[in-house]
Amino acid sequence: MSAITFEALGESTLLLRFDQCIDRSINARVHAAAAAIDAARVRGVLELIPAYATLAIRYDPAQWLDHELPDRHPWRGLAAALEAVVERATATTANAPRLIEVPVCYGGAYGEDLAIVAEHTGLSQDDVVALHCAPTYQVAMLGFAPGFAYLLGLDARLQVPRRAQPRVRVPLGSVAIGGAQTGIYPRELPGGWQLLGRTPVALFDARRARPALLAPGDHVRFRAIPAEQFEQPQHPADTLE
Amino acid sequence: MRIGHAGLGIGRSGPMDSPALRLANALVGNAGDCSALELSLSGPLLEFTADHRVAICGAEVDLRLDGDAVPTWCAMDIAAGSTLDTRRFRRGARAILAVAGGLDVAPLLGSPSADVNAGLGPSPLRAGDELCVGPVAHAARSVAGAQRWRIDPAHWFDADDSRPLRLLKATHTDKLDAPSHRALFAEAFRVSTDSNRVGVRLLGPGLRLGVPIELVSEPVAAGTLQLPPGGQPIALTAEHPTTGGYPRIGQIAEVDLARLAQRRPGDQVRFEMITLDAAFALLCRRERELGALLTTIRERTHA
Repeated sequence: MSAITFEALGESTLLLRFDQCIDRSINARVHAAAAAIDAARVRGVLELIPAYATLAIRYDPAQWLDHELPDRHPWRGLAAALEAVVERATATTANAPRLIEVPVCYGGAYGEDLAIVAEHTGLSQDDVVALHCAPTYQVAMLGFAPGFAYLLGLDARLQVPRRAQPRVRVPLGSVAIGGAQTGIYPRELPGGWQLLGRTPVALFDARRARPALLAPGDHVRFRAIPAEQFEQPQHPADTLE
Repeated sequence: MRIGHAGLGIGRSGPMDSPALRLANALVGNAGDCSALELSLSGPLLEFTADHRVAICGAEVDLRLDGDAVPTWCAMDIAAGSTLDTRRFRRGARAILAVAGGLDVAPLLGSPSADVNAGLGPSPLRAGDELCVGPVAHAARSVAGAQRWRIDPAHWFDADDSRPLRLLKATHTDKLDAPSHRALFAEAFRVSTDSNRVGVRLLGPGLRLGVPIELVSEPVAAGTLQLPPGGQPIALTAEHPTTGGYPRIGQIAEVDLARLAQRRPGDQVRFEMITLDAAFALLCRRERELGALLTTIRERTHA
């Protein structure tokens, strides 16, 4: 296990680096560290941003002033405190991740690129859907837009290049793949990933108590549904704790 | 500013020029983070349907009240039926218009801030919109002659684009090839017309990394200078996404974000290297001075 390092990203963000690659176990360490820092209520910490192999800590440097050295930026003090918390965290087990099932209507008008992906991979459309529904994915991080979850765990046989010409508008709820990643568009956004299907479930609603359906570290499974079910009134995703 | 939800991909948004917001709010007797209008390059023509106290800070606006020139950086009482014209900016790009009582905007995820890029909060103003104002604290309403004095903007507004912005090293600064590293600190960039509240796009000498690097998405911050493959850097600002996948070739000192906010398309941007300790010392000094000025304003307007 590689040692963690700290980088100051300006005066009020500290970047805790575990590695610089996409790897499920490294990403799990990021989420364990975030949970531990959150639970430890470290002084001055305002927000955490977990990413694939890094964790950003946004904080108020005024709360870490070194009165002996007032002209020195105080990030080292915070880094030492965080390091202690994170080291303890990796030794203990983090909470078991939530498992969320997301219903998806694949292909046709719901996933315009399913045929292209099938052609590119040499698989049938049914096989593409089956391979996309098989794994339990891990929410590596949220970013790009509120509630946009980057999921880890895509079957290597489904790795396809992004579209040469990104779409200006990807429909809300689109489930898409690009490179080694898969994700769901929480609202209408521009995007270059290949669209496999759409979910009727609302990924993001700022007025909900939990605005984002998927949180960093959650586990996710896709379930294929027929078009009739997509058109039924919206229902919440099932949380299989 | 929307703080506390960055892990869900929800950015902070908030003002491009934070001192201007805090000062304009103080002038009208509001708390520093009260919601106000941010005007970009040109503001609206506002018809007042009730009496209000307002103040404009930030960019130099050729402000007209019923056709007569009126000053910025001070509070002014505007009577119902008057029209305030904020359309002509003389220098700078962003102005804050604060109104006593604040704009009555329902908070979303703890903040009234508009984040157009993220689709959160109020939409940009359009002709015909009506703005609601919140209740005014009695103390603020009772002050007379608030406009007899004015803040000297010299300390809080800088549209001189020949003066460099101070840049901290970031993760990939030293991954630039030698000519690019030199160019970043020696040459002038221009603000592109594609700039907005998400980021300021800079046009200039194409910058390249010495060796291309495979990068996975990592968190970014306001002031992060990203380098997309085209070689023209983007300085992230208020509505930036919480993560980015481009190399980070620098980080603009927090104290200079308000100066970046005032650069207009076509203006130049130069960078000067600064250490984290030196940038922090400047920020602390700025906050002390701003705090002292805000206290003075509050004492005078609430006397």
